[in-house]
Amino acid sequence: MNRFAALLDRLALEPSRNNKLRVLAAYFRETPDSDRGLALAAMTGALAVASIRPATVRALIAERVDPELFALSYDFVGDLSETVALMWPVDPARHHNRAPAPSLSAIVETLRATGKRDAPARLAGFLDDLDETGRWALLKLLTGALRIGVSARLAKTAVAALGDVSIEDVEEVWHGLAPPYAELFAWAEGRGPRPVSDDPAPFRAPMLAHALTPADMEALDPRDYIAEWKWDGVRVQAAVVDRADGARVARLYSRAGEDMSGAFPDMIEALLASTFVNVILDGELLVRDGAAIRPFADLQQRLNRKAPTAKMLRDFPPLLRVYDLLLDASEDIRATPFAARRRRLETLMRENPGAAFDLSPLVPFASFDELADMRREGPTATEGVMLKRADSVYVTGRPKGPWWKWKREPYNVDAVLMYAQRGHGKRASLYSDFTFGVWRDGDLLPVGKSYFGFTDAELSQLDKWVRENTTNRFGPVREVAHGADDGLVLEIAFEGLNRSTRHKSGLAMRFPRIARIRWDKKAGEADAIAALEALLPAPAVQPP
Amino acid sequence: MAGASDYLAAMSLSDVLTIAPAGLYCPAGDFYIDPLRPVARALITHGHADHARAGHGAVLATRETLDIMALRYGEKFAASRQAMAPGERITLGDVAISFHPAGHVLGSAQILVESKGYRVVVSGDYKRARDPTCAPFEPVRCHAFVSEATFGLPVFRHPDAAGEVDRLLRSIALFSDRAHMVGVYSLGKAQRVMALLREAGWERPLYIHGALEKITDYYARAGAPLGEIRKVSAADRATLAGEITLCPPSSLQDVWSRKFPDPVTAVASGWMRIRAFARQRGAQLPLAISDHADWDDLRATILETGCESLWVTHGAEDALVHWAGGQGIDARPLRLVGYGEGDEETAEGPA
Repeated sequence: MNRFAALLDRLALEPSRNNKLRVLAAYFRETPDSDRGLALAAMTGALAVASIRPATVRALIAERVDPELFALSYDFVGDLSETVALMWPVDPARHHNRAPAPSLSAIVETLRATGKRDAPARLAGFLDDLDETGRWALLKLLTGALRIGVSARLAKTAVAALGDVSIEDVEEVWHGLAPPYAELFAWAEGRGPRPVSDDPAPFRAPMLAHALTPADMEALDPRDYIAEWKWDGVRVQAAVVDRADGARVARLYSRAGEDMSGAFPDMIEALLASTFVNVILDGELLVRDGAAIRPFADLQQRLNRKAPTAKMLRDFPPLLRVYDLLLDASEDIRATPFAARRRRLETLMRENPGAAFDLSPLVPFASFDELADMRREGPTATEGVMLKRADSVYVTGRPKGPWWKWKREPYNVDAVLMYAQRGHGKRASLYSDFTFGVWRDGDLLPVGKSYFGFTDAELSQLDKWVRENTTNRFGPVREVAHGADDGLVLEIAFEGLNRSTRHKSGLAMRFPRIARIRWDKKAGEADAIAALEALLPAPAVQPP
Repeated sequence: MAGASDYLAAMSLSDVLTIAPAGLYCPAGDFYIDPLRPVARALITHGHADHARAGHGAVLATRETLDIMALRYGEKFAASRQAMAPGERITLGDVAISFHPAGHVLGSAQILVESKGYRVVVSGDYKRARDPTCAPFEPVRCHAFVSEATFGLPVFRHPDAAGEVDRLLRSIALFSDRAHMVGVYSLGKAQRVMALLREAGWERPLYIHGALEKITDYYARAGAPLGEIRKVSAADRATLAGEITLCPPSSLQDVWSRKFPDPVTAVASGWMRIRAFARQRGAQLPLAISDHADWDDLRATILETGCESLWVTHGAEDALVHWAGGQGIDARPLRLVGYGEGDEETAEGPA
């Protein structure tokens, strides 16, 4: 447990993804099987151990310390698990000649075998045996609030880094496995065979596209490619399979192989009720509104919830817009060319109609110039076009050449820098997070925040400008001069705009970045809010 | 204290010390202890800027504290000065005073004030944990104890400092291609971390920010086992991967730190026990190494003095006063404003 606790402690404060990965890989290398497997389960949300309610933790500490001292301490620390971990009374004799701290697997096994009534006493016993960091980690784990900034994908990437397998390989075998994943570690370390998935509806790592640049385009022959819309939703994979025993199984996976079925019970129901037989579909998950598609923000409402409410199910019905077929009537067709897969997909979708799924149409074109025009004026909920070689087979990962994404040009607005905040990690010494605003009635209204888009050289210029033009400080944040004559104009590029009740301006930019620093412009010449309001979609349904 | 006469039983702490605008004042001896603004006569417990200020008339302190004040403020930091050896007893007006090691930093002392047999000890800042760079705390029996309470909450139980240093060394083993920067207060913490690193077997040169140079030199001359110390030059910075650099905590987020290769930022402070503080300071590797007594040591020390009255000068007074009340000690928070605010742009001061 101590090693796991030290891991969480370090991960919680390490901002860089790459360094997190190194910390994780070192932990997996040095930790014995059952413990590292359970740690992996904890970080991928697959650890099944009865959770402990905060009230139980409070009751345990109340039996052990002066309530007044607890209140003062909790008020100071501000986090229940941490307060309890730090002030848990320790018998000095026991502390001195302590047996080795219990392992993560010993704790998990014991708690699994313990009934609800006895769980608090068992937990107290473990808290007695652990040190402060160990107690903190155990309480975080059991109260379900790890918050260490590690995604399931990052944890799996660290497993892949143990040896010669890829993250896509790990994602493909993942759904047939259960903690503590001994066979997965053995395979990653080159000591065992690739685990065989007996999952009836397995995940297949998706094929990804590169962004198309003008230079790339010159080398392409339009006749080799088929175009389709690039939808503004999330990439998903749907599997509908009849098991040997006759039971029907449907699953919805994210691009990274996370099982999203629980969050979209309506989609699962529609797939189960469909006439599909043993298929794996590749497509885009959207929210529909009759025949129309809702803005991305509405999909976000659904994505944010692990278990949707009845109102959400009613207000935000999902649509699966299918554009590829990997398994067709039990036949793995990934090695057939895209054009052939597409023909089979069209037949499949014609023969199996349903309201919750449809076929993503092709976009016929003669030249890239013509396609460029269509890309600009695509239907709502598209963000550009996809180009796929007609002869491309479906492979895992992101090969360069067969698939391209060609996004619409971003929107641009000239805004004025208002606040700057220090970054994290490498950027801890630099003012690198910028809040900017546009004019409304003579005042600046903050409309967004961005921390990228600039080069290192531009960042150091921005940092210097912030330091020299600071007018106010609020902790790590500096307010900078932003009058009509002394402010700095930033050209902000963004992908779209939505209404938002969370921001004072009433709007939220998608993917804003700093396209250019307009040293040449005066702040008074920056845009006004009307320029942005003109881009807003029609009012959306109020979120529940 | 055993054997107190009827006469003594009638005395109280407030007969010896009072709270004046400039801080703790002893009318019978006409002196202040660690005054917060310039006064005619000051007794100084230790050299941290919040306790030792420049501009007093006469200053009494240990030889080391006087030296440190001269290093920081220049030779003219006071009109006159007098060095006190540990345990040496002198009379000032109607009271006798003596200085006793406090174990906080080099030269730090508690001050014993005896008035007609009534003994008051003013702790200054103190710690009980082992420190190879300064004399250990000596408990002094007294009727009344004036204690700090920087870490006066039960959540503060400092871990073994050697274990914290070990975490730093393990991070270097894992990230040998990254610079390791340790934010430390320049007087005491820096040198203690250096000595602990040497004890842990780290034999490479230790690199320091210029702000640490004077005091570190002084410690080395006083015989602290610090090993080879090198001041970081501008050109060095990019080459310090896998090395340890010590600097003031504020420098970690300064332009200065930018040239180091992908630094791991460590901060050595008792506050690092609390994750929110670690996050606020941008510490990736918080090292809970403190120069103050933790909750357990504060309580043990108060009981050891045998005091019947307790004043708590600064820190988390409420919890300690609450606890002392439960022990039958007459305890009172002073809430002296001005201590715990160091000279290095840190919210919490030296710790």
